[in-house]
Amino acid sequence: MRVPLSWLREYVDLPATETGRDVQAKLVAVGLEVETVEQIGAGLKGPLVVGQVLTIEELEGFKKPIRFCTVDVGDANGTGEPQEIVCGARNFAVGDKVVVVLPGAVLPGDFAIAARKTYGKTSHGMICSTDELGMGDDGTHGIIVLPPEHEAGTDAIELLQLVDEVLDIAVTPDRGYCLSMRGVARETAIAYGLPLRDPALLDVPAPNAYGYPVKVADPIGCDTFTARTVVGLQPEARSPIWLQRRLQKAGMRPISLAVDITNYVMLELGQPLHAYDRTRVDGPIGVRRAQQGEKLTTLDGTVRVLDAEDLVITDNRGPIGLAGVMGGANTEIADAQDGEHRTTEVVIEAAHFDAISIARTARRHKLSSEASKRFERGSDPQAAAAAAQRTVDLLVLLAGGTAEAGVTEVSAPSAPRTIAMPADHPDRVAGVAYGRETVVRRLQEVGCDVYGQDELIVTVPSWRPDLSEPNDLAEEVIRLEGYENLPSTLPTPPSGRGLTDRQRLHRRVGRALAGAGYVEALNYPFLGDAVLDQLGLDADDARRRTVKLVNPLSDEEPALRTTLLPGLLGALRRNDGRGSHDLALFETGLVFRPTGAETKAVRLPVDRRPTDEEIAGLDAALPRQPRRAAVVLAGAREQAGWWGKGRPADWADSVEAARTIAREAGVEVTVRGDRHAPWHPGRCAALYVMVDGEETLFGHAGELHPRVVKDLHLPERTCAMEVELDVLEQAVDGALQAPRISTFPVATQDVALIVAENVPAADVERALREGAGELLESVRLFDVFTGEQIGAGRKSLAYALRFRAADRTLTVDEASAARDAAVALAAERTGAVLRGA
Amino acid sequence: MSAPNKSYDPVEVEALKPEEIERMRDEAFAAFAAASDLDALAQAKTAHTGGTSPLSLANREIGALPPQAKAEAGKRVGQARGAVSKALAARQAELEAERDARVLVEEAVDVTLPYDRTPAGARHPLTTIMERVADVFVAMGYEVAEGPEAEAEWFNFDALNFVPDHPARQMQDTFFVQGADGARTDESGVVLRTHTSPVQARSLLDREPPVYVVCPGRVYRTDELDATHTPVFHQIELLAVDEGLTMADLKGTLDHMVQALFGPDMKTRLRPNFFPFTEPSAEMDMVCYVCRGASVGNPDRPCRTCGSEGWIELGGCGMVNPKVLIACGVDPQKYSGFAFGFGIERMLMFRHNVEDMRDMVEGDVRFTRPFGMEI
Repeated sequence: MRVPLSWLREYVDLPATETGRDVQAKLVAVGLEVETVEQIGAGLKGPLVVGQVLTIEELEGFKKPIRFCTVDVGDANGTGEPQEIVCGARNFAVGDKVVVVLPGAVLPGDFAIAARKTYGKTSHGMICSTDELGMGDDGTHGIIVLPPEHEAGTDAIELLQLVDEVLDIAVTPDRGYCLSMRGVARETAIAYGLPLRDPALLDVPAPNAYGYPVKVADPIGCDTFTARTVVGLQPEARSPIWLQRRLQKAGMRPISLAVDITNYVMLELGQPLHAYDRTRVDGPIGVRRAQQGEKLTTLDGTVRVLDAEDLVITDNRGPIGLAGVMGGANTEIADAQDGEHRTTEVVIEAAHFDAISIARTARRHKLSSEASKRFERGSDPQAAAAAAQRTVDLLVLLAGGTAEAGVTEVSAPSAPRTIAMPADHPDRVAGVAYGRETVVRRLQEVGCDVYGQDELIVTVPSWRPDLSEPNDLAEEVIRLEGYENLPSTLPTPPSGRGLTDRQRLHRRVGRALAGAGYVEALNYPFLGDAVLDQLGLDADDARRRTVKLVNPLSDEEPALRTTLLPGLLGALRRNDGRGSHDLALFETGLVFRPTGAETKAVRLPVDRRPTDEEIAGLDAALPRQPRRAAVVLAGAREQAGWWGKGRPADWADSVEAARTIAREAGVEVTVRGDRHAPWHPGRCAALYVMVDGEETLFGHAGELHPRVVKDLHLPERTCAMEVELDVLEQAVDGALQAPRISTFPVATQDVALIVAENVPAADVERALREGAGELLESVRLFDVFTGEQIGAGRKSLAYALRFRAADRTLTVDEASAARDAAVALAAERTGAVLRGA
Repeated sequence: MSAPNKSYDPVEVEALKPEEIERMRDEAFAAFAAASDLDALAQAKTAHTGGTSPLSLANREIGALPPQAKAEAGKRVGQARGAVSKALAARQAELEAERDARVLVEEAVDVTLPYDRTPAGARHPLTTIMERVADVFVAMGYEVAEGPEAEAEWFNFDALNFVPDHPARQMQDTFFVQGADGARTDESGVVLRTHTSPVQARSLLDREPPVYVVCPGRVYRTDELDATHTPVFHQIELLAVDEGLTMADLKGTLDHMVQALFGPDMKTRLRPNFFPFTEPSAEMDMVCYVCRGASVGNPDRPCRTCGSEGWIELGGCGMVNPKVLIACGVDPQKYSGFAFGFGIERMLMFRHNVEDMRDMVEGDVRFTRPFGMEI
């Protein structure tokens, strides 16, 4: 809502010195979000005067038509002589009254005016358009042609009300009444403690039987409908400057007098109005629900197929308006300039429609209008008659019309709404002792009637449909007493238990990965089929079963991620493209995995706690959303430098990243070779952890498939790891048990074992561990060797075995025996042969 | 060694003459002093203290002396040998010190050489700032609560008093999830949560009052990415439900939070506003972290962070609407509560002078790395 300060002053006698900023501060304090105070005409300096065009000479030979004019500006130029002005516009004629800016003036935007040579003539000033004067759009973009009654030489700054301040207020959905000057004025009056001149307090004639016939078939959708008729309108009558200016400052475009008046009254009183050309309405006006599939062409020229829930205004032919949203084209008021038909008789509609019905219709037809905005927030049903009267008055005053005596008023009387509230309720909500007297006074200020002592019975005003609960009333009291005056106290929650194990684990994983050199990236979770294809996923890969959005930002990415890799690889590529080539990135976050058994999430009631079954029903509608962690690597893992060579990131780093994560949970990872997209089939590790005694897949790691690298335009040999943290969490097996440390000396034995090339080192190590028995302290693979000496298809694995006993120094024989047992089991399990044996 | 000789005259034994012993000793001193390095000293050591050195040889002669002469000669030779070995040790130490000094000089390196062998990693500042805010409340006794990001509309809207057709429901541009049958419909009843507030409802359903929870998380709205908007962003939500909680408690909790995060002289301001799930509702501002209000009415010192307003808008808050309590099975006659929520991106922007929202979402390591592990 844009509120010109000059207009606001009409209803509240603000001190003359109050600026827009002052009013802003006051209104913000009582809860109106005044976003900006626009200084209209800031920097404007005259002389800017009314001029009358005396002569027009068309200058020839230029690319566009140019006029050389002489203009009578009265004594404004100091000489009284005609002012010579060159002008490029053509929408004016000799004798027209125009707005002339003279040399020495400054127009908005710091546009200083001086006499200057142009098109072979000297132009002593300018004939102005609305744009140049910062007046806003009047739809013409041409020269302003003023009504003839204004004298040449008259100050146009005053005449056109060019200097003003406009408060731009973002009205919250509960404050529909502040979508009007009346509402903002009421808040202003309360904020300043000044009386309000309520523009809705008008003498309205009593309804009678001879007004325009109206039949309301749906009194729930429409509980109030007032119709008034004005005839004898002068079709050539135009909106006066003051009316046009107020509309412009409020952000609306002047259109024609009748339309301008309805818009003006809507801005003033918050009551949307509609004017029908009476000669175009066929029979009684009706209000009913539309028939499914009925059609209506609205004022914006769109043909709308109606829904059975839409509330429509009808005549004998059918719908002539989408009630409370937009009128129909077939009963539109014809503008004086439109040609053949000129509207001289109008029926004014001022109605009150059900807010929810209007909201649904506006949403269904994606048609938000000034009217629907007000109705869906709740208009004041008791202002309808006054708004109709005000419209009639203005039509009579400005368009020379005559009000017909008939007054139609269809209304389903509703009892005033009351709220019972303990008088100290606001005190208890705020934590402040306001006292009954203050509570009552504040409620009366907002328009409530209040009765009772300890228990108040509060009747809320018709323009405040948002007030329905004691807390609503408490808010009124507290905001008017000033939120800024609330004290600051601290409650004492019960002693807490800190983070859960799960939350700790998530933090630890992030820290561990960052500690290992990975940089966290938080990527959007949107993806499309293209990237799943690029990842080389099989048609039946579970990661292709995605949760899709009805309204994605991009049709290319309509689904939610089932894997973290696309986003993370995108970030890798972006960094690479920006010149960072040695990259290690990580992300932890949710992926969305449809269960395939999602039910529809029903809308549960809100007047009671849902049952556990009902909550379970809602949860069953959701996809599974496990938390995952992933890393991607490219370029150098260790930089080359003065210390020596660098080391490229490779598959082993990605596997190690999984171990880094698992270590934070105190869980050991079992690694097996695997083939799994998008990884290189020979360089892909499946990662397992033990969950409840079962080896459970936890994720994959390795080098990406070269084709994936190519298709996704990634750096060569990009590596990746992705694991599911929810699985890891399940694998956590209580608190870590501290190792016993023996202080006896260690006995070291090295063995080199030759195995077939395809025997996993992990299998050999497992056999060694088992075979070596309790004396084994550690096994470490320190070399892998292939070559002629070993033989084709075979590899040599060199292990350092460390033995130690808890209670004695081991003899060489004991250590050797343990080593031999280890080798024997490795031989049995994996066919290992002791090298050199 | 020669056999004892009773008729032997020590004076007649040339090698044991006092001047002879002195000469031997002095020659040793001279040789040590002349040794310029440890190798030379080792040679001198052999020559003057070894088994065939003059003093050793002289020492052997003592045994041949008559008993009455042995004592005197032994004393003389012993003193000389003692002096020699002392001189040797001194010279040894001297030369070793010289060598050490030389070697350490040779081993010196340029300690200003840069070392970026394994560049450091970092956590995203949005993650760490969220943890930091949560930790303020954890320290006060709050629990951290979490919830799903694809959420039932009932939790995201209805339970929070967003009436189905109320305009408030349209205030937030919602991503709707398609039904399981893949039909292009918004009838699945599932949305990407538009705020962390559904976790409020879940927390109230999960727990018995008193409930004190803080809920950080990712939320979604259908905004295009630009310098000040992102469709995927983060919020942190706070909910307290207990007997007798007041707006003053809300204010105090907010004050405590901004002081914990931004310094002891920080404070908040509440302005009336509207949110369906709180009543009364307020917009929460904090004193501008950068100018601390000094830019207000001071055109010479404009503040870009707060637009010279002196205050920064932080988020929305209010007293939990009794309707929300009812929908979550909490008796509003007995319990009241307060809640607030705010955007983490915004906080990061003004706390760390981030100018462009895109820097937070693009994952550029140059942006993230300086933030390190904690914020």
